[in-house]
Amino acid sequence: MARGIAFVRLNKILRTTAFRMALGYLALFGLSSLALMAFLFWTTNGLIARQTDDTIRAEITGLAEQYRRSGTTGLRNIVAERSQNQRSSVYLLTTPTGRLLAGNLDSWPAVQTQPDGWVDFTFERPVGATTETHRARGRHFSLRGDFQLLVGRDVQERVEIGARVRQSLIWALALTVVLGLIGGLLMSRNMLSRIDAINRTSRDIMAGDLSRRVPVAGTGDELDRLASQLNQMLAQIERLMTAMRQVTDNVAHDLRSPLTRMRSRMEVALMEGPGVADYRDVLSASIEDSDRLLKTFNELLKIARAESGSEAADMKELDLSALVQGVGELYEPVAEEKGLTLHFDIAGGVTSRGIEPLLSQAVANLLDNAIKYADAGGNATVRLTAEENGPVLMVADTGPGIPAAERERVLERFVRLDASRSEAGSGLGLSLVDAVARLHGAELVLEDNNPGLRVLISFAAP
Amino acid sequence: MRVLVIEDDRRAAEYMQKGLQESGHLAELAGDGIEGLAMAQSGNFDVLIVDRMLPRLDGLTLVSELRAAGGETPVLFLSALGQVDDRVKGLKAGGDDYLAKPYAFTELLARIEALVRRRSPQQVETELQVADLTMDLLQHRVERGGKRVILQPREFRLLEYLMKNAGRVVTRTMLLEKVWEYHFDPQTNVIDVHISRLRGKIDKGFAKPLLHTVRGAGYCLRAPE
Repeated sequence: MARGIAFVRLNKILRTTAFRMALGYLALFGLSSLALMAFLFWTTNGLIARQTDDTIRAEITGLAEQYRRSGTTGLRNIVAERSQNQRSSVYLLTTPTGRLLAGNLDSWPAVQTQPDGWVDFTFERPVGATTETHRARGRHFSLRGDFQLLVGRDVQERVEIGARVRQSLIWALALTVVLGLIGGLLMSRNMLSRIDAINRTSRDIMAGDLSRRVPVAGTGDELDRLASQLNQMLAQIERLMTAMRQVTDNVAHDLRSPLTRMRSRMEVALMEGPGVADYRDVLSASIEDSDRLLKTFNELLKIARAESGSEAADMKELDLSALVQGVGELYEPVAEEKGLTLHFDIAGGVTSRGIEPLLSQAVANLLDNAIKYADAGGNATVRLTAEENGPVLMVADTGPGIPAAERERVLERFVRLDASRSEAGSGLGLSLVDAVARLHGAELVLEDNNPGLRVLISFAAP
Repeated sequence: MRVLVIEDDRRAAEYMQKGLQESGHLAELAGDGIEGLAMAQSGNFDVLIVDRMLPRLDGLTLVSELRAAGGETPVLFLSALGQVDDRVKGLKAGGDDYLAKPYAFTELLARIEALVRRRSPQQVETELQVADLTMDLLQHRVERGGKRVILQPREFRLLEYLMKNAGRVVTRTMLLEKVWEYHFDPQTNVIDVHISRLRGKIDKGFAKPLLHTVRGAGYCLRAPE
């Protein structure tokens, strides 16, 4: 079982990209090492072989000199003399019949002489009581009178060094490959464990634990960068999911109450027995409730559409001054009715790209809030100015305002600060303003009006 | 008034038919675009209620073909879409008004009644009258019982619309759309405040009020019985 798991794990490592890359590099490195070693071996071997040949040639030159001067007898003497002293040279001088005249070889090597006169052969060299088979290379001359001369050198040492070097090279290559494989495996295992950690995290997240984050090793390498990018993405997704869940919860809560009310009202009416007038009351109250529900739905839809940006194609150049003035005038009597003063401070000729019904709705929602929350005797102000960075709309009131800590929250759907003021509306007004501002690339800021609330919408310059 | 309802939601269409009959109108139903177009061209209807999304032939094409063939029956589009662009498309295709689902039946009724009235053969009106309330459109002069009533420009347009639709219910949304040309929902009933101001000017001090609130629907300007 454990072996099975180990095998699966090894198999997994072998299939990693890191291991395949390590393998590729290893092959490339191994081949180039092999080529380099082969080249070195070949050139040094050749050099040593040439040196041997040169030595033999020099020897021959000396012997030829002696032969010219004193003939076969002189040659025999010097060969005999050199055979005594030289350990690494081999000589053989024979009569036409093959009888040995001088030299340190016992007999003529049983090897055919090459056409250029060179001959590679083996001979038995006495070492103490025994003999060793040595390899040698030499040159074969036929002299006057069919005397035969062989001058050569013992190359056994050279051959042995060559073999040893070849062997060492093969070992070195094998070691390189083994070390490379182990290194590749280790490297891949390290990569694999980090990737596995990321995979484990994403599986946990897919299983529903959105709070999980990918581990960051802290080395700042590309995997770390990837991990922190993933974490940022996860944080964003979690934020959106939380917001969405909250919206769903709020929708459920805000729609359940009127639906429950409607249902029990109708249920009770049915229990009470016939009474046409009562039924009419129940029905019209239910219609009012369903109207409110429909209105809430419509507002939610409107926010969703503004947020999706699907209406962005409908943007056109608008006269913001006229738009704000118009909505302001629509609300002026409402303010007066409540005993408020509505101040207008609207610069002329201010334009921006936008969607007219949505912007009107946003301005209306802001004015509606301002008028709703400002107390009688107070005032509300609508100001539109053309700033350097673009048009700025301000709607301010002298009402209770919104505490700094709550200013983010009131932009969420269904959030009403004062739950006791149930007539205070759906809690969707500012959410829509926020969505419309974002759709228009405008910045929405809620500030303290000392006292009251001041809402600023800063549009981008046209 | 003969109404043709072209709507593929059978139950919604039947409720609509019942509601129209309760309100004293005749309503016929068509379940798809092809049938609807054929009926619209052969029958003698005063108004068509056309759903935007219909089987076999969609609402926009239906109305375009009807208009291309010279049909002039006023059309009210119904749509579940209700985006700005959709309203514009509907009106461009030859629709006369546009109502997004979900809607209140009173709203639908008020709108088709206003459509028929608008299409009635109308010579250019220069003077409107409801009981002892008169409006001179050329001189921008309003009088009630022979006494001049001073109105702001917006109040004048509001009263003009109400007088042109005298005797019919007009909804708050209709007023916002036709008098202010706004296509959004005010959070509070701003229209009520404007109406109450207008009422203060035309009805205050007179025994019989002309401007009435219709509960659950809107307003109606009508002569006392």
